[in-house]
Amino acid sequence: MLTVPIEIQILFAGILFLLGLIGLLVRRNMIYMLMSIEIMFNSAGLVFVIAANHWKQPDGQVMFIFILAVTAVEVAIGLALLLQVYHHFKTLDADSVNKLKDYN
Amino acid sequence: MTIYIALIPAIPLLGFLVLALFGSKLPRKAVGYIGAGSVGIVALLTIIAGIGFIKSLPQVRSYSVVLWEWINAGNLKADISFSLDALSLVFCFVITFVGFLIHVYSIEFMAKDDGFSRFFAYMNLFVGSMLILVLANNILLMYLGWEGVGLCSYLLIGFWYKEPANGYAARKAFIITRIGDTAMIIGIFILFLNFGTFNINELMQQASGKWVAGSSIAVLTAALLLGGALGKSAQLPLQTWLPDAMAGPSPVSALIHAATMVTAGVFLIARTHVLFSLAPVVQAAIAIIGALTLLIAGFSALAQHDLKRILAYSTISQIGYMFLALGVGAWSAAIFHFMIHAFFKALLFLAAGVVILVLKEEHDIFKMGGLRKKMPVVFMTFLIGAASLSALPLITAGFYSKDQILWYSLSSETGNTVLWIAGITGAFLTALYSFRMIFITFFGEAKTQPSFLPGKVMTIPLIILAVLSVFGGFIELPRSIGNIHLFSNLVDNTLPATIVRESGHSEILFQSLPAIIALAGIYLAYLIYFKRPALSESFNHSRLNKFFEKGWGFDRVYDVLFVKPVVWLSEIDKDDVFDWLNIGISKLALLANRLLSFLQNGKLRWYLMSFTIGIVLILTYLIFK
Amino acid sequence: MNIFFYIAAVVAIISTIMAISGKNAIHSLLFLILSLLAVSVIFYLLNAPFIAALEVIIYAGAIMVLFIFVTMMLNVGIENKNGNKLTNPRKWIVSSILAAILLVDFILALKNVPASPSVDQVILPKQVGISLFSTYLLAVEIAAILLMAGVIGAYHLGSQKKKVTHRFLEKK
Repeated sequence: MLTVPIEIQILFAGILFLLGLIGLLVRRNMIYMLMSIEIMFNSAGLVFVIAANHWKQPDGQVMFIFILAVTAVEVAIGLALLLQVYHHFKTLDADSVNKLKDYN
Repeated sequence: MTIYIALIPAIPLLGFLVLALFGSKLPRKAVGYIGAGSVGIVALLTIIAGIGFIKSLPQVRSYSVVLWEWINAGNLKADISFSLDALSLVFCFVITFVGFLIHVYSIEFMAKDDGFSRFFAYMNLFVGSMLILVLANNILLMYLGWEGVGLCSYLLIGFWYKEPANGYAARKAFIITRIGDTAMIIGIFILFLNFGTFNINELMQQASGKWVAGSSIAVLTAALLLGGALGKSAQLPLQTWLPDAMAGPSPVSALIHAATMVTAGVFLIARTHVLFSLAPVVQAAIAIIGALTLLIAGFSALAQHDLKRILAYSTISQIGYMFLALGVGAWSAAIFHFMIHAFFKALLFLAAGVVILVLKEEHDIFKMGGLRKKMPVVFMTFLIGAASLSALPLITAGFYSKDQILWYSLSSETGNTVLWIAGITGAFLTALYSFRMIFITFFGEAKTQPSFLPGKVMTIPLIILAVLSVFGGFIELPRSIGNIHLFSNLVDNTLPATIVRESGHSEILFQSLPAIIALAGIYLAYLIYFKRPALSESFNHSRLNKFFEKGWGFDRVYDVLFVKPVVWLSEIDKDDVFDWLNIGISKLALLANRLLSFLQNGKLRWYLMSFTIGIVLILTYLIFK
Repeated sequence: MNIFFYIAAVVAIISTIMAISGKNAIHSLLFLILSLLAVSVIFYLLNAPFIAALEVIIYAGAIMVLFIFVTMMLNVGIENKNGNKLTNPRKWIVSSILAAILLVDFILALKNVPASPSVDQVILPKQVGISLFSTYLLAVEIAAILLMAGVIGAYHLGSQKKKVTHRFLEKK
């Protein structure tokens, strides 16, 4: 049985989340940005499962299943939009799709 | 009886409505009939009402009729109600009768003008407003009529609006009378504040009951009402508008600036005489103002060379006489002089109008001359008018009315010798300038030829007014001559009788003195302007003459004191300094927009960074709370 | 058992760091798959074997494969060394500082965590299944609708719009 203190477990999930956040802020390529979002989703799900284990209830795992479903849908749609952006702008650079700026 | 009182102001207003709405579509004849006819009908109604009124004396002294409720807001109540008493009857008679004659005259005078229907519409509105003024039962309605006549005066002075100078004259008249109107409305406010009513009779009763004679509030209210009277009647210090108001057509000058509107001040003081009796200081001031004005205007008239300006200054001077009479408590004398003055001054203005029209808009008397033989009827009527103005003894009405005033200025309770001397000097000046006018305009060689002769429509009113100027005075003869007191008996039903000091002044001596002075003035005018015109030529170019001609410099003083500072202030405010606050607020909003729009630069990673910073801040705050 | 947890955790963190800082897109995705596999091991250690299996099958097996398909389709190659300068530490500083602040907050927040019950039991997939289809039935249905919406949306968004004109209107 796992006797790692619960703080360490959640801290680990938090570190994964922050790594995903850093990746989202730093990278310019949109594929990488979507990937970083996946990392964040995954770490969130990890927290749920940790909690389920802590309280000995299945609800956390059920929640992880739902998160998984949502993630799948989000990835599908996100990548489809990415394709549209690529075909319109001919680049995957996030800084070059800035047409929605204020007239200034 | 009361139906007449209600109809009298209503019919001219109805005429105004018809002419204003449809006048341009009606043929000229119809406009003339409607315009003059409405005033004629009212003149008839006045006579009928007057006969009925006189018959019912002395039991019934006044009739009133309430038409409808005008204002009813809490404590503020005012009705549209009219009342007829002796004072308003006299004024109504003069307004409607003289007005009717002037309207008939205008049919031919304005025949070639484009604004024919507009003219009659304005004139009808004026007559209606003036009738409202004199017949009003409550002071607020009187103020309505007051403002109405002010408006019509503006419209009619600036009738030929295409000439900018006329508009300027109209504005000047309106603004200066406005100063007086403001004083008057403040006085009305004070009266309402103290007594809670607008009805004039009630006000006078309560004032005499509650206010002590000479108390500061009575003096203040009386002074404020006097301010209003000074504005409308063109007395010192608000007299500068009347000479410039001659820019309007001659019938306008005759009706408004000779017979009726300028006497509204006299009417106001007579109506609220109780208030002035409660403030003897103010009443003395009225007399002094009257005396000063008649002298200043008299000297100014002597130096004018525009025919109508001579008559304008003459009007100011004669109203000064009326104020003098009011100031010494000679109420019926003032009203009598008002009536006679209306007759001869309207006559003079109408005749002057004929002369100017015939000589193709020539106003300068030094360019006229020799009209005696060319236009005999006009000459005769003008002569009668000038004689009445100069108070030619015994045969003109002006003699009896002016004589009465001069007698009372000496012998009344509050009269004194100084006022009498001022009046006598004024009489001398009046004779001098009126006959100067006659000799220069009608005698001598003709410098401008008349282009046509006036028709019957213009000359008949002149003749009627000339007859009245001669015979109108015989209803009030002094004790020493005939002792007929028809007029004062009528007016004494409303106004108190004049209280005469018992003094050793012999009435005959002091009544014949003005007669001698008037004759002396006429003789001097004959000497200077008929026999030896060269004598006056040298005087014409002197500095004193210029000073008199500019009306003793009042215009320049007002220009420097009031007009220039206001113009200077508005030049400073050319960019509308006070609007900067509004502009500043909108500019601030635009600036904020421009600054904030930098935050929306369309870059995705910029937005993500701002999310993250926000989360960091909030979480840090929550953790450390 | 604890040691396996720590090893898997270290593997997951290192491979995530390699994933986000990689220059080659395919390499980054493969590192991410590795990270997901490590997390799956942790799931197993946390008494959630069903979830561990699901993680591998769906997350690493379907979602990451989708990523790889798109990456290969769009021909995302190696990041331009001259242009982006990924190894430039300056770009990473700000984000790292922000993440560090959040980490500190995290640690401070973790101080007040309640104690766990003493009984240690494994949660069987059977329990999860029963819970899924009794308590959370509505959520399952909604998730199904969401998946259908996702499918339809992805189909429409992914299609290339060819200009279709009627044959009679085509230019000859």
